[in-house]
Amino acid sequence: MTDSAPLLTVDGLTKYYGRRLGCTDVAFDLHEGEVLAIVGESGSGKSTLLQLLSGQLRPSAGTIRYRMRDGATADIWDMSEPMRRLLFRTDWGYVHQDAQFGLRMGISAGGNVGERLMAVGWRNYGAIRDTATDWLARVEIDQSRIDDTPRTYSGGMRQRLQIARNLVTAPRLVFMDEPTGGLDVSVQARLLDLLRRLVADLNIAVIVVTHDLAVARLMSTRIMVMKAGTVIEAGLTDQVLDDPREPYTQLLVSSILPV
Amino acid sequence: MQPLELSGVTKAFTVHLQGGLRLPVLHDLAFAARAGECVVLTGPSGAGKSSILKLIYGNYRCDEGAILVRDGDTTVDVATAPPRRILSLRRRVIGYVTQFLRAVPRVSALDVVAEALTDVPREIARDRAAAMLARFNVPERLWSLPPATFSGGEQQRVNLARGLLPDRAIVLLDEPTASLDAANRAVVVDIVGERKRQGVTIVAVVHDESVRDAIADTQIDVTRFATAA
Repeated sequence: MTDSAPLLTVDGLTKYYGRRLGCTDVAFDLHEGEVLAIVGESGSGKSTLLQLLSGQLRPSAGTIRYRMRDGATADIWDMSEPMRRLLFRTDWGYVHQDAQFGLRMGISAGGNVGERLMAVGWRNYGAIRDTATDWLARVEIDQSRIDDTPRTYSGGMRQRLQIARNLVTAPRLVFMDEPTGGLDVSVQARLLDLLRRLVADLNIAVIVVTHDLAVARLMSTRIMVMKAGTVIEAGLTDQVLDDPREPYTQLLVSSILPV
Repeated sequence: MQPLELSGVTKAFTVHLQGGLRLPVLHDLAFAARAGECVVLTGPSGAGKSSILKLIYGNYRCDEGAILVRDGDTTVDVATAPPRRILSLRRRVIGYVTQFLRAVPRVSALDVVAEALTDVPREIARDRAAAMLARFNVPERLWSLPPATFSGGEQQRVNLARGLLPDRAIVLLDEPTASLDAANRAVVVDIVGERKRQGVTIVAVVHDESVRDAIADTQIDVTRFATAA
C-alpha cells in the first residue's frame, strides 16, 4: 500500500442542468493503480459524473483536485484552458463507448496512435512508427494492418486501437465509458482481459462507467452505485456485489441472469 | 495479540426484495487463532461457517464487533477498515481459497496461479506456479488452457494452487477438498502441515472428517453463535 497522496480527490461534486439534477454531492479519493467502477442504470447520472470528472463538463458545485507529475495538486477548474487540454492529451486518457468518437476514422491506425505522441512533442518519425507498431502488437492488432484506417476495422479492433491510442503516452488516469458496450460477448471477454492486464502492468488509475456488473467485478477493486444522481452505496467491489446493503443495489445484483 | 482475533462479531442480511426480511447469521462470535494453528469451523450447513471466512476476508460486511488482523507491527480491524486497507491486507497478509474458482476468460491455468504472486517477476512467478500445479497433479497439457472448461476437481486444484502459492500469514480455506480424490486430499493435508510449521494461521471449513482430523488443532462448533432458524 502506498501512503502517498491520492491522485484524484473529489468533493461535493454536483451538476444541475438548469433545474434538473445531473448528480449531487459526489465525493471520493482515487490512488494510483486503483480501478473504480461507477454502476447504475440509464439516467442514474453515471455518464454526467464521468464527464465532470474528466473535465468535459463544468460542475455546478464541488471540487476535483488532481496531483500532477511534479507532485503539486491543483483543482482542474482553476487551471488555464491550455493546461487542462495538455493534461487531457498527456496524463489522462478517455476511452469512449463508441470508438468513432475516440479515433480519427480517416487516418491510418499507426497515425491514430502516433498522433498522441506528436501532441506531446515526439518528432522522430521512425521512433513514432516503432512505438505505434509496438502498441498495436500489445493490443493484438496485426502489424500488417498498421496503414489501414479504422473504417476497415471490426468493432473489437477499433476499441483495441482506441485503447492503444490512449495508453501510448503512459497516462496515469484513464476514464472509460462502457468500454465493452455494443461488442459481441466473445469480443468483450478478450477486450476485458486485455484491459485488465494493461491496467495492472502499467499501474494506471481507472474510472470505468458500466451498467454491466460482470465488467465491474472483473476490472475494478472499488465500486460506486448510482441512482437518481446520488451515490447510494460504495466500497470494495466484491463486498458491495456479494453483500449489497441498499434495496436498489440488491435489485441490481439479483437482476443478473445466471449463465 | 494473536494474528487473528474476532470478538462480538454479529452479522445479519436484510433482504429488501422480500419486504425487508431480516436473516440473522451470527451473533457475538469470538475466537482467536495463533501463528501455526489451524482452526476448523464445524457445524451443519447454513450455520454460517463460510460467512465467517467471508467476514474475515472483508467480502461480507460486519454489522457489529471487531475482526482484528495483525499486519506487521500494526493491527487492522477488517470490520471498519477502508477498502484500500482491506485490499492491502489481501495482497500481503490474508489468503483465501474459495469453494469455486472464479475463472477469468482467456487467462491460462498457469497464469491464474502465477497472478497470485504480485511481488516477483513474471517468469519466476510462472516457474513457481508450474511447480505448484505439478504438486497438485494438474496435467501439464492443461496449464496453457483457461480453466473454465476443466472438471470440478481440476478447477479446485487450480484454485488451491493459486490460494496456497503466495506466502500469507493467514490462510482461509473453504471446503478445499470437496471435489478431490484421496491422493489430492493428501496433497492438501501435506501443504497445510507445511504452512503450519512455517507459522501460518489457518481457518478452514472442511466436511471430510479424515482431512479435518489431520489438519485441525482446534475445532469450533459455530452452532452456538448461529442465530439462523
